[in-house]
Amino acid sequence: MELKTHISVQNLNVFYGNEQALKNISIDIPDKKITAIIGPSGCGKTTLLKSFNRLINTIDEVKVSGKVFVDGENIFEKKADVNRIRKKMGLLSQKPYPLPMSIFDNVAYGPRIHGMNDKKKLSAIVEKYLIEANLWDELKDRLHSPASKLSVGQQQRLCLARGLAVEPEIILGDEPTSALDPRSSKHIEERFLALKNDYTVIIVTHILRQAKRLADYVVFLYLGELIEHGPAKEIFENPQMEMTKEYIKGVIS
Amino acid sequence: MNRNKIEETIFKILMINSTIIILIILLLILLTIILKGLPAMDWSMISQTPKGGYYLGKEGGILNAIIGSLYLAGGATILAFIISLPIVLYFKVYAKKNSKIVMFTRFSLDVLWGVPSIVYGAFGFTIMLYFGLKASLLGGIITVSLLILPIMTRAMDETIKMIPIELLEASYSLGANRIETAFKVVVRQALPGILTAILISFGRGIGDAASVMFTAGFTDNIPTSLLDPVATLPLAIFFQLNTPFPEVQERAYASAFILTVIILIISIVSRFLIKKYTKYIIK
Ligand SMILES: Nc1ncnc2c1ncn2[C@@H]1O[C@H](COP(=O)(O)OP(=O)(O)OP(=O)(O)O)[C@@H](O)[C@H]1O
Ligand SMILES: [Mg+2]
Repeated sequence: MELKTHISVQNLNVFYGNEQALKNISIDIPDKKITAIIGPSGCGKTTLLKSFNRLINTIDEVKVSGKVFVDGENIFEKKADVNRIRKKMGLLSQKPYPLPMSIFDNVAYGPRIHGMNDKKKLSAIVEKYLIEANLWDELKDRLHSPASKLSVGQQQRLCLARGLAVEPEIILGDEPTSALDPRSSKHIEERFLALKNDYTVIIVTHILRQAKRLADYVVFLYLGELIEHGPAKEIFENPQMEMTKEYIKGVIS
Repeated sequence: MNRNKIEETIFKILMINSTIIILIILLLILLTIILKGLPAMDWSMISQTPKGGYYLGKEGGILNAIIGSLYLAGGATILAFIISLPIVLYFKVYAKKNSKIVMFTRFSLDVLWGVPSIVYGAFGFTIMLYFGLKASLLGGIITVSLLILPIMTRAMDETIKMIPIELLEASYSLGANRIETAFKVVVRQALPGILTAILISFGRGIGDAASVMFTAGFTDNIPTSLLDPVATLPLAIFFQLNTPFPEVQERAYASAFILTVIILIISIVSRFLIKKYTKYIIK
């Protein structure tokens, strides 16, 4: 199957028990750009994001129909290799969750899982991605202290470095700055802007200003439905749907 | 004065009282065993096995029971750990959220926790008869491991249950599978709780008399094989206390003191380890 983009969603429906959280979503996510998923609370943003790496399958009562193609492969097919698919994506959650180990081991966790055991190479990997997450200078002298002792902002950047270390093509962020102070948020936003040259970035946000600052492409969801999507400029300056207009003006939230 | 303040004062007094009561009880126990045991306490107590006539007040020590108890409780703790770790990891990582099996297993373990140890002793004895096993280190290890299995499993389960699901998701999203996530993330996050569970289980195992009475036997020798009978400290205390000779009774208190010190040493070592691993926990 020929597909233009890394991630392509076709007729995706997601149910939690009997409740439908996503209704017939179809969308192509542009490569090497920042896509922002926006919409009011409970509209299905997290659900959509977790569909991309099949993390919704860890919830027990979930039912999915439709297709999500990642590099041309339908990830919801039975024979799909979930772990390989997840390796293609780094995930940043709302609150950072470093792993219960040292800073070094956090970044090395993914590579080690995927079979890298060479100490020198691991050190190089850790250094490279801590630099990319803009943490190296702060942390290079205490790589072996626990990650739990870092500030929340540093933890989120560590989670970014950890995600980058498995060499993904895609970066997913679920309100990745919502637990952070303004300075740390700015740090993360800068990272995203720097990373979009090499990665496809998809973030969920309910901060419209953040979406305006970052996004090249915007996806607007409302009550589980895809209302409108398109280049950020068009969505923000000239939305087609009434609902989008109201949301952007701040009438519904 | 306002009600809040009065309430607070009352509770404060209650809390302080309870704390003091606990401390006094602990102190009294320690004082009793130290004062009563001290006259009998000498190096030979912990360096020798009982010589002929030990229980009549002649020479020897209780090295057989010290080593026996360590072997037995250590073996039982290891065996119980090997069984309980997969159970709790299954609960967290594999089982569905409202799984009937998990709920039933938890309930069963809670019931088993409350079963008196003499029942485990009787049960272990029956099983051993069935397999033609004599009272031995192996029989004791199996029985005591059954006794501490519910304690260890539920104690580990309670800490592992608290681990946020997002932490597991962080591991999954890096491409880790469930087994890797269980052993590299769940176990590490729960390590202090796991160590605590091991500690209280070991404490329970080394201190229990009723479960080993019929299953481990008693001997003046240090066991050299799993099939040898083995002496334990609680039974050694029991036998010494049951003699009509005051000097042997003193040795019972000295033995109790030794048992307490063993538990104390293990508590301190595990506190140290727990502290070391608590640093890494993600809150
Ligand atoms: N684990 C779950 N079980 C049952 N229902 C769920 C679950 N997770 C989400 N839902 C429901 O699915 C719908 C979409 O939830 P989702 O978390 O995707 O929304 P969201 O847009 O991310 O909201 P927010 O901005 O508050 O994070 C909501 O109605 C929510 O109640
Ligand atoms: Mg959400």
